[in-house]
Amino acid sequence: MIAIVACAIAAFAAQTPQMPATLGIGRPAMPAEISAWDIDVRPDGVGLPPGRGAVTEGETIYAARCASCHGKTGKEGPNDRLVGREPGDAFPFGRDPQRPKTIGSYWPYATTVFDYIRRAMPPNAPGSLQSGEIYGLVAYLLFLNDLIPADAVMDATSLPKVVMPARDRFVPDPRGGPKSVNPRSRP
Amino acid sequence: MKVSRRRVLATAAGAVALGRTAAMQSPAPAPAASDPSKAPGRPARTLGQRAAFEKPQRITRGATGSQTPHQDLYGTITPADLHFERHHAGVPEIDPRSYSLLIHGMVERPMMFTLADLKRFPSVSRVCFLECSGNFNRAAPPETTPQQLAGMTSQSEWTGVMLSTLFREVGARPQATWFLAEGHDAALLARSIPVEKAFDDAMIAYAQNGEAIRPEQGYPARLLLPGWEGNSNVKWIRRIELSDRPFMTREETSKYTDPLANDTARIFSFVMDARSLITYPAYPVTLTRGWVEINGIAWSGYGKIQRVDVSTDAGRSWASAKLQEPVLPKAHTRFRHLWKWDGGEAIVLSRAVDETGYVQPPRAELLKTRGPGAANYHLNPVTGWLVRSDGAVVYNQEAWG
Ligand code: HEC
Repeated sequence: MIAIVACAIAAFAAQTPQMPATLGIGRPAMPAEISAWDIDVRPDGVGLPPGRGAVTEGETIYAARCASCHGKTGKEGPNDRLVGREPGDAFPFGRDPQRPKTIGSYWPYATTVFDYIRRAMPPNAPGSLQSGEIYGLVAYLLFLNDLIPADAVMDATSLPKVVMPARDRFVPDPRGGPKSVNPRSRP
Repeated sequence: MKVSRRRVLATAAGAVALGRTAAMQSPAPAPAASDPSKAPGRPARTLGQRAAFEKPQRITRGATGSQTPHQDLYGTITPADLHFERHHAGVPEIDPRSYSLLIHGMVERPMMFTLADLKRFPSVSRVCFLECSGNFNRAAPPETTPQQLAGMTSQSEWTGVMLSTLFREVGARPQATWFLAEGHDAALLARSIPVEKAFDDAMIAYAQNGEAIRPEQGYPARLLLPGWEGNSNVKWIRRIELSDRPFMTREETSKYTDPLANDTARIFSFVMDARSLITYPAYPVTLTRGWVEINGIAWSGYGKIQRVDVSTDAGRSWASAKLQEPVLPKAHTRFRHLWKWDGGEAIVLSRAVDETGYVQPPRAELLKTRGPGAANYHLNPVTGWLVRSDGAVVYNQEAWG
């Protein structure tokens, strides 16, 4: 009986085609299509577009397009607080949930500010800012966080060089990855 | 006291659990308006609807989220229209005819796939839960329903193409260790995911419970990372870029990181730990003395639920609940435990154990390990309900610590 079942499975398996290396479904992506969508910016600066923006230029755009939700100086809300440093650049957030997580106190990379504004801000008109305007806004927000001087200009070369106070605060998850599970190291 | 509770039941939370309370409490059925055997019923129709008496509803949390009414559900599949939602810039409306998924970066052949292309690939279906990593109401008052406590987890049968199939099609390079997944919503929400997950069990899903995915869940296609925090399961996915390092987007740095007491923060804490939720009895149910079937759901992002312990004496003793077969990995698993309530005050708790041996921790242990500021993400403490001597069931986490 078992032998018969085994034979039947073997015969069935023989009819199942091997999965080919590729199935030939889909089409090549054109370089122009890729560059139209490829907007991400990495911490090493890869992905930053040409253009530049100064703190003073950012100040004007911020007042017109951001201050209503993030406050006059980036601290007043009503939406996410963007400005503020911890005394001595401490990182007390695990001890005190009340401490505000801002660009200056919590964000590990300055490039993320560019990446995020380009993706999502302002929420009522996402994608409406030019690269130069975004560089200016990033410069102004970094200036408000005391990370760059008032006369600084941000571009693809200068932005990745800005070192954020929280850069080395992030640690890998000790609970284990998808395969290496070590229950003793959790929670 | 009794009056005010009734009033709460009838108003604020009334719609939430009445069906179940009535069904399980009242011995005599309410008289039917008319005898259905004395007149022909309604004709067939093209689209089914719930019985007029059943009105389960999500609760919205502002414009960007809604919660599943666990207290109204009996099994493990969440009806798609009751699946929780969470988004960062609203639900986009995407025309499936103009939909494309771009896969590029560290690949041999950058490619575009239409929705029809995705459906031509060999497909798979799997049942798994999704859970927002912020799925815990830390300051829940006594009048908290299961929906309000942990309504940001739901379960579906998902169908789509394995991401590994697509990665073979484009020729993922061996140096690629991460990929960026980007949605086509107004936040172009983006997360970096280890390529290891793509070759483990990640999918591009286009169907939910047998039909096209709902807009709130990512229509027409989404990334599905079984067992991983909801936010990383990027919806409305339009682009995947393979790379040899993570991209450090806002959603994986400013948000979805977990500050610890030792002045660091966990980053890329993807997996949802084991957890359980008693869905009956729970607020706003009022129990009557006698046999009660305690039941609920348990799940773990690390694999199968191995056991669910239930306590009816505030954690002094525990008994193993019955698990509904089949117990699937990374899936809501229904547990049930028969209990005779004698009318005294009681605290019922549940505790999940997964196949790695991990035991769902008490709240105090979680906060001790992570620190009092433990962010709102990845909190999975043991929870339960306080049954008052008058039968009222309320939430009261101080009672079990
Ligand atoms: C209509 C209100 C509104 C306007 C206008 C607005 N924002 Fe925002 N901003 C928000 C909201 C809401 C969030 C949080 C979004 C979320 O969590 O998904 C946010 C988040 C951010 C963040 C991330 C904060 C964090 O800590 O993660 C940055 C940076 C930001 N906005 C920058 C800007 C800039 C620059 C502008 C102007 C170009 C702007 N915002 C305009 C509402 C607004």
